[in-house]
Amino acid sequence: MSLHELTDEQREIRALARRFGEEAIAPHAAGWDREHRFPKEVFVALGELGLMGACIPEEHGGAGTDFLSYVLAIEELSRADGGVGVTVAVHTSAVELPLLAHGDPDQLARLLPPLAQGHELGAFALTEPEAGSDAAALRTRAVPDGAGVRITGTKQFVTTGSHAHTLIVFARDEDGGAAVEPAGADGARRAPISAYLVRRPSHGLRVAREEEKLGLNSSSTAELTFEDTPGERLGAPGAGMRIALGTLDGGRIGIAAQAVGIAQAALDVATAYARERNAFGGPIGRLGQVQHKLAEMQTEIEAARALTWRAARLKQAGRPHTVEGAQAKLFASRVARHWTGEAIQILGGYGYTREFPAERYYRDAKVTEIYEGTSEIQRLVIARALLGEAARSVS
Amino acid sequence: MKICVLVKEVPDAAVEKRIDASTGRMDRNGEKNLNPYDTHAIEAAMQIKEGGVIPVEEIVAVTMGPESAVRALHKAVSLGADRSLHLTDAALAGSDVAATGYALAKALEREAPDLVLLGQQSDDGECYTIGAVVADHLRMPSLTQVIQMDVADGGLRCERQAEYGYDTVQVELPAVISVGDAINEPRYPSLKAIMGAKRRPLETLASGDVGIDVALVGVDGSRVSCGEFHAPPAKAAGQIIEDEDTNETVEQIVAWLDERKLI
Repeated sequence: MSLHELTDEQREIRALARRFGEEAIAPHAAGWDREHRFPKEVFVALGELGLMGACIPEEHGGAGTDFLSYVLAIEELSRADGGVGVTVAVHTSAVELPLLAHGDPDQLARLLPPLAQGHELGAFALTEPEAGSDAAALRTRAVPDGAGVRITGTKQFVTTGSHAHTLIVFARDEDGGAAVEPAGADGARRAPISAYLVRRPSHGLRVAREEEKLGLNSSSTAELTFEDTPGERLGAPGAGMRIALGTLDGGRIGIAAQAVGIAQAALDVATAYARERNAFGGPIGRLGQVQHKLAEMQTEIEAARALTWRAARLKQAGRPHTVEGAQAKLFASRVARHWTGEAIQILGGYGYTREFPAERYYRDAKVTEIYEGTSEIQRLVIARALLGEAARSVS
Repeated sequence: MKICVLVKEVPDAAVEKRIDASTGRMDRNGEKNLNPYDTHAIEAAMQIKEGGVIPVEEIVAVTMGPESAVRALHKAVSLGADRSLHLTDAALAGSDVAATGYALAKALEREAPDLVLLGQQSDDGECYTIGAVVADHLRMPSLTQVIQMDVADGGLRCERQAEYGYDTVQVELPAVISVGDAINEPRYPSLKAIMGAKRRPLETLASGDVGIDVALVGVDGSRVSCGEFHAPPAKAAGQIIEDEDTNETVEQIVAWLDERKLI
């Protein structure tokens, strides 16, 4: 990896996240995975360093870095533990950034500093049991109640759902003030979607269950139920889908960085193993098949990193980055899923055991092809930009 | 009290070190970093400041080196130094330890510090001597390889690593003290400190600014010249004891150590 294209600050922030990851996260990652433990204390420590609000302006309690610095930190934290990486990524790019972009001055003053300083955690509640990739099919309702709303519904797969203090919740705006959406595929006319802020604890907000997952066991993924739960609107009425999709545009760059971090961790362990493991009279790293695998692995990780950095720089510059972010996530998540598997292959039988972290990287990597937009959705985003109207024709 | 911390930019620990055969100097083109031992010296200064027994007005990071060395100063500032001083000059390039120590001492004279701290060794040259040279020029007491330091009786009570155990030494200030990495655990710089490092005062000085006699520095002013370089001989394989019965293994290790009068 060439660090020369980074600024001094970016290099130092990367070095800080790397050192913290190696010293304070990686030694515990296997234990957290086994025990399914959400390491709350790590986020307090990250908050003290400024890593829970890296790219949030200083006046809102953040560290005021650029977006690429944040992306570099996510990669390094994910290299130590993918669960910590996704928790920080969702907290920052799916909660703090939309709050920063759409919050009114009072909401910013009240809610952003505790998040940016790591005193509180954030969650993003869009997906529902019957609305995943088809997010616009969501059914959670928000009915007016005084100055705010009361929210009722169920949200699925909410990262940090069991621990978050501030949640961004997307729901049908039953205020009546906003224009009603055109009829959906089922012919029903539905109220438009708005974004809402919900605080924990609040009346009627419950954790229905914490999901049992294949990996990322140090992160929380919860099903939440809302029953007449008080909330306040974030952004304009009916702007929910725009806010959600805009958030995911940037968020998927963070997930691409997470995928790169997990893949890099797998490369590191496979490389070290190839140097030390002896077979047929010497280290296995002298065998062509192992060399080729590692060379391709490193090259593809570098390519994924380059796409990720490019998308991050475009976002920082305020340029369009929807397609570039989708490409970065599509490619990086595939690289992570594929090469974490090949890392196991290099470690052979040991790779399949929990004595080595390769199997954890493999389990952690898979979800990067699913959340914040599946790979299928990323391809759809890319194809639509490529083909324009032709990609949208229904018949 | 004013503390000056000597810092140095060195090749990053992850970079394989190589001597450039044409110049006889270390190839410094790769990734560079602040000498890890110096981060312990900055942390030691911070702990004296935060300990509050002696009020510390200022911690100043001081380096001598090419333009790129400002990065080491920025890092020192992000770890707690208040400002920094960069001694840089074409005439200084190629200085050996004695010449470097003289030049640094001239820069320090101007600051008149109550305490000079530095890492006991640099990750590149590994000479361990610069502190003593600086102390000699400044006519200050010098302590090396210090692994504990407490403010006591108007000076510092230090423990220094000796060949067989530790020396406890009371030293009067001003003094020059080099520290080992066992002295403390350097803190993490915060993102705010990293982002703010370039805004802290950084003064650039040339030889003439601090009265350095250029005849005593640089390649010509250095009395050490490097000849040929050889890689160290490969280590012998050593003896590997298979741990089949732990009691037996322990006995074997103890016997081995005993034989060599190591325990």
